[in-house]
Amino acid sequence: MTDLLNLARQAVLTPSGLQDGDIEKIMNCLLSASVDDADIYFQSSHSESWVMEGGIIKEGSHSIEQGAGVRAVSGEKTGFAYSDRIELPVLLEAAGNVKAIVRHGQQAQMGMIKSAKWPRYYPIVNPLPSLATLQKIDLLKTVDSETRKLDPRIEEVIVSLSGTYENILVANQDGSLSADVRPLVRMNVSVIVEENGRREQGSMGGGGRSDYNYFIEQDRALNYGKEAVRQALVNLGAGEAPAGNMTVVLGPGWPGILLHEAIGHGLEGDFNRKGTSAFSGRVGERVASDLCTVVDDGTLPGRRGSLSIDDEGTPTEQTILIENGILKGYMQDKLNARLMGVKSTGNGRRESYAHLPMPRMTNTYMLPGQHDPEEIIKSVKKGLYAKNFAGGQVDITSGKFVFSASEAYLIEDGKITRPVKGATLIGNGPDVLTKVSMVGNDLELDSGVGTCGKDGQSVPVGVGQPTLKIDGLTVGGTSV
Amino acid sequence: MQNQEQINQLKNTVQDLLDEAKKQGATAAEAGLSQDNGLSVSVRLGEVETLEYHCDQGLGVTVYFGQRKGSASTTDLSPASIKETVSAACSIARFTSEDAFSGLPEQQLLATEFPDLELYHPWDINADKAIALATECEDAARSFHPEISNSEGASVNSHQGIRVMGNSLGFLQGYAATRHSLSCSVLAQRGDSMQRDYWYSVARNALHLESAVAIGNKAAERTLRRLEGRSLSTRQCPVLYCAETASGLLGSFIGAISGGNLYRKSSFLLDALGSQVFPEFVRIHEQPHLKAALGSAAYDGEGVATKPRDIVTGGILQGYVLGTYSARKLGMQSTGNAGGVHNLTIDPGTLDFDGMLKELNTGLLVTELMGQGVNMVTGDYSRGAAGFWVENGQIQYPVEEITIAGNLKDMLKNIVAVGNDVDYRGNIRTGSILVEQLSIAGE
Repeated sequence: MTDLLNLARQAVLTPSGLQDGDIEKIMNCLLSASVDDADIYFQSSHSESWVMEGGIIKEGSHSIEQGAGVRAVSGEKTGFAYSDRIELPVLLEAAGNVKAIVRHGQQAQMGMIKSAKWPRYYPIVNPLPSLATLQKIDLLKTVDSETRKLDPRIEEVIVSLSGTYENILVANQDGSLSADVRPLVRMNVSVIVEENGRREQGSMGGGGRSDYNYFIEQDRALNYGKEAVRQALVNLGAGEAPAGNMTVVLGPGWPGILLHEAIGHGLEGDFNRKGTSAFSGRVGERVASDLCTVVDDGTLPGRRGSLSIDDEGTPTEQTILIENGILKGYMQDKLNARLMGVKSTGNGRRESYAHLPMPRMTNTYMLPGQHDPEEIIKSVKKGLYAKNFAGGQVDITSGKFVFSASEAYLIEDGKITRPVKGATLIGNGPDVLTKVSMVGNDLELDSGVGTCGKDGQSVPVGVGQPTLKIDGLTVGGTSV
Repeated sequence: MQNQEQINQLKNTVQDLLDEAKKQGATAAEAGLSQDNGLSVSVRLGEVETLEYHCDQGLGVTVYFGQRKGSASTTDLSPASIKETVSAACSIARFTSEDAFSGLPEQQLLATEFPDLELYHPWDINADKAIALATECEDAARSFHPEISNSEGASVNSHQGIRVMGNSLGFLQGYAATRHSLSCSVLAQRGDSMQRDYWYSVARNALHLESAVAIGNKAAERTLRRLEGRSLSTRQCPVLYCAETASGLLGSFIGAISGGNLYRKSSFLLDALGSQVFPEFVRIHEQPHLKAALGSAAYDGEGVATKPRDIVTGGILQGYVLGTYSARKLGMQSTGNAGGVHNLTIDPGTLDFDGMLKELNTGLLVTELMGQGVNMVTGDYSRGAAGFWVENGQIQYPVEEITIAGNLKDMLKNIVAVGNDVDYRGNIRTGSILVEQLSIAGE
């Protein structure tokens, strides 16, 4: 761990000439007011992206983002300032500003600087140089040409590749210094196909906390292309989607976005502390059928939503949200945990040094059940099989959520019959899991594409689930 | 003016960037730089919740080596960082392909006139005053009615910033702008029904903001009216989009006539130029030079002059929304829309909101939309919605947990009326919009 700390020190402090002693000075300035929590968050992040379109390497970009955020919390009050200049006078001024929110109290001192220990769930690696630039270009070109060969109806292929190398260092008032090195890579292939004047699109991608070799291993990159083309061709033959309330079977993996929207956000600590969530005050109550156990887990090795420590320096864990249908607990950051009298679950996340942390999901998924997926389809007389989704959204107060299918089929007499156009599905978060009547034995996690937005802050997340049967969800098609 | 001094300083930095790019062998370059600072406070249940001081800066540079291009950006404005950023962009340009359509805008399209658009109106507000204002706003909402049961708080935001951009054709301009807002969100409860809604006001000039009390009252009123919402049975009916949701409908239209989607052939309005896209009474135009408006700009993200123009006249599509690259791909000229449209306006009709309800007669009033659910390639549209069921021009009861679906191509053609209840808070200015027939899915 000392190595990790030194690495982070080198990445975020050394360029600005800041020392541990300077961190103490800034912290002690914050601690001259009566605070419950105080932290300084240093971040340095290098990213690049490459785009191939129209058969050429069209764009490339490189960006560096670095800065520090200074926070003081007292009761429910938070003072916050940040700067992209990691310089002692600038950060001392920021500290002076933010403590103004807090009543004056006893002068405290930062504890002795010490480094904490915790397990790590991804390699300490900088993905950017993991392939030489020419190799990245070759990868894009290969995926582009191999994908174009798959079908004559392909009109356009867009391939993108991006990577981020991020170092963070969090100093807390007790003197603990936590660091993390966070690699993240992402690749995407989208295609447009045309037949008899009708155009459709398909898109597939993935990634994780790894380096670029991830896309070469197991032919992942080439498979994204195949999957994007398959989806687009299915949609070429899709008819009108049905409208109304019906039985819906959700496929495994990315459709787990249902869990993220329908219940995940509603179980974030801030909404529940404030009593603004449809799930507020319901711990111990039944919120799902007894087939459902849902967890949020930041500890899955190499996943896009995983973190070794959250952005407040708390190690992540597997948090049981719902066990056999009973609501067990919420996802917490430090502030909300303290105010609710529980401990942080390692879900305090922020988009960057320029944003305040709040309770956010990591990888949210449902544990597998007993049923063979085919058995589940067979049990449906008439309904919708939704295999793939675009985004979703939730109103955590009313509990209403939506998510949009991008690949769906009709189920008639226990068989998947024909594809239908994408449609939005809408439901009520606190009800939807009570209608889960079958859970498959085929748990899958998504391929590493999720980005979650809350209060204008975006963070990478993961979702997953086995095949699920829901007895009654509203499908927003046009065929009345 | 202190601003002018800062703008000049940042212009020098941009010039340094452009010079450095030339030094490193670029045949052309474009650079932009921004510095912003601001204050946000939020008050919840009468107590300060957060006090935030914002301070952001960033620079971006794009270099061209002939027809090859590379970009880089950083938050560090030091001279050493400028050099590194330029060299990062240059090393990327060594690997991108020759693209016949890439490059800076045509010289003759660059803006040469820079009217004062009155975008800079600093607000003399400190943390204490902002807290007092937010408190007044939240108090108004919380005391509005006994069923207002909880609050997500009220917040005041004040931001000011400077943007400078230049290119190797000699363009080098900058301006200062401000943006202030006041918002409030509360909850209401009746039995098992819990609802939340909000209201906000945003303006370049704080004097143009709605009063704290008016915003608080409106937030409370909007929340209360949603209580005990129910679903609808699946049906087809006319739909009235309130002004706030109508701007999303026009946003989808703009997406479909934007250069990027057109040259990728991922638009449901390919080759629609000169054809009837809306009914005859519809006129949609851009007003980039309105004083103190949120979407005003003398030039676009590439320095191309913006100009007032009609996009739709008599329901017929007159022009696309293009930047330099997409324009060249389509064999056209930039319309000054690199970075988007400027104060896009649909001419209001004669009916106010109540008149529009009467025109709807019996159908759905949509006040909130959820999810993405718009397929740009096909125009297929299916979104979650909440609003009110209306009969004989009178609101009957709140509606939720339904979807509305159709195809945008038909929806735009089937617009029946546009209200004069214009929402000025965004870059798209529209009143409520009545669409003839959509599919509603519900219980």
